[in-house]
Amino acid sequence: MAVTVKLPTQLRAAAGGQGQVRVEGATVGEVLESLFDAHGELRESLTDEGGGLRRFVNVYVDGEDIRFADALKTAVADGAEVQILPAVAGG
Amino acid sequence: MSAIHLNCRECGAQYPLDARYVCQRCFGPVEVGYDHGGLAGDVAALRRRIQGGPQNIWRYADFLPAQAQPGPSGRASSRFGLPAGCTPLIRADRLAERLGIGEVWVKNDAANPTHSFKDRVVNVAAARARELGFDVLACASTGNLANSVAAHGAALGMTTYVVIPADLEEQKVLATGVYGTNLVQVRGSYDDVNRLCTELSGERDWAFVNVNLRPYYAEGSKTIAYEVAEQLGWSTPDRIVAPVASGSLYTKIAKGFGEWLELGLISGAPPVMHGAQAAGCSPVAQAWDAGHEVCRPVRPDTIAKSLAIGNPADGPYALDLARRSGGSIEAVDDDEIRAGIRLLAETTGIFTETAGGVTTATLAKLAARGDIGRDERVVLVITGEGLKTLDAVRGTFEAFEIDASFDQFEQDVERRVVTA
Repeated sequence: MAVTVKLPTQLRAAAGGQGQVRVEGATVGEVLESLFDAHGELRESLTDEGGGLRRFVNVYVDGEDIRFADALKTAVADGAEVQILPAVAGG
Repeated sequence: MSAIHLNCRECGAQYPLDARYVCQRCFGPVEVGYDHGGLAGDVAALRRRIQGGPQNIWRYADFLPAQAQPGPSGRASSRFGLPAGCTPLIRADRLAERLGIGEVWVKNDAANPTHSFKDRVVNVAAARARELGFDVLACASTGNLANSVAAHGAALGMTTYVVIPADLEEQKVLATGVYGTNLVQVRGSYDDVNRLCTELSGERDWAFVNVNLRPYYAEGSKTIAYEVAEQLGWSTPDRIVAPVASGSLYTKIAKGFGEWLELGLISGAPPVMHGAQAAGCSPVAQAWDAGHEVCRPVRPDTIAKSLAIGNPADGPYALDLARRSGGSIEAVDDDEIRAGIRLLAETTGIFTETAGGVTTATLAKLAARGDIGRDERVVLVITGEGLKTLDAVRGTFEAFEIDASFDQFEQDVERRVVTA
């Protein structure tokens, strides 16, 4: 399943300057693994020692926060957009 | 300026004082770091300098990450912008009596230029934005911040973009549009607005006060603590009750007291910090009740729209502060919020918006539970103005309608008042 991952400016240097990356995966977890396979530096920025997402990372599938669905197990449809953003804005 | 760098709250990495809010290394939030060493020597002189400063937040310029604004200025006169702060701290004996507690003070931040505490944070963010060379101010807002950013843009001659959820109170929308801003109403929640603005901040060279300028912006909230301490005779109160939306205000108030205690500028202990949320949007209170260290996002459904942030950025830090200070994070429902607005209005003459209703209702809840000692001094932080959320009081009282007749006045007003 091919999906588009949108990266925030803070992570683009670690992805060769790209703002969008096309990767494969049927769940958010698989999509992120494909992303890390392609751009290894991103793993350290986004995940903690246990392999989970760091607490100030927000991930959205087609605009919906994955914590309203099944977190990393959230299914992604073919052509979906997965967006990664810092969680430290607002208020 | 004693601000020296930005540092990551998670991993400690340091950065220069530029427009940045996220750590490159671990994605954690960055915060302004200071060197107050130069101030520690002569506390009496520092107090005199503060007291001799302007009647606004810039009297605390030593503790803010932007240069003080030029020229002498007071609450009613300034050569620059819309100075915020130096709002009244009012002893509320009738409120305390009604709640059966000893001593309550109301910090009335509705008495700011655009009638909410947001003028403090925007003062600092706008000043820093100009220092960094930005021409455009922007924000993601639940209403009060929109008012403040639009007004500051008008005062400073900066273009503004303010982004709000489309369902905000009409009063807040009108009180924003009047300043000639680019008002963007998003069909969605505040969290959708925030997501859009986070993305926009990476694509536009604008100063989003609560995104890429957030480290500077957040520091403005410390001035509530400085003012309270100064107004209480250079001492700390025993307890603070403050609203929690993102958790920034709540945690920065504690930071302000902490900085001054460390310098020996004030006496007392760090206050016990109580955070107040609306039950219809209480991700921090729910995490508190469950004993969690992080918050699970929620979909807001409450009349307290200014606090309707379902995904609070400073949630983990708010939880940590409640724990460390011996406080708590509470939630009150919409009926309690309406009752809180009435209680504050009837006992102090202060008409607050729904967020103040949340805070007042939380104080009432703590008092009823017996959490507050008779000999304690409590400060209630009222962050905004009741005229901005009029629907919350609509239909909560009756008026007498009569002809201009003395007989009718006696019959239809006085007799009913007496028998009521």
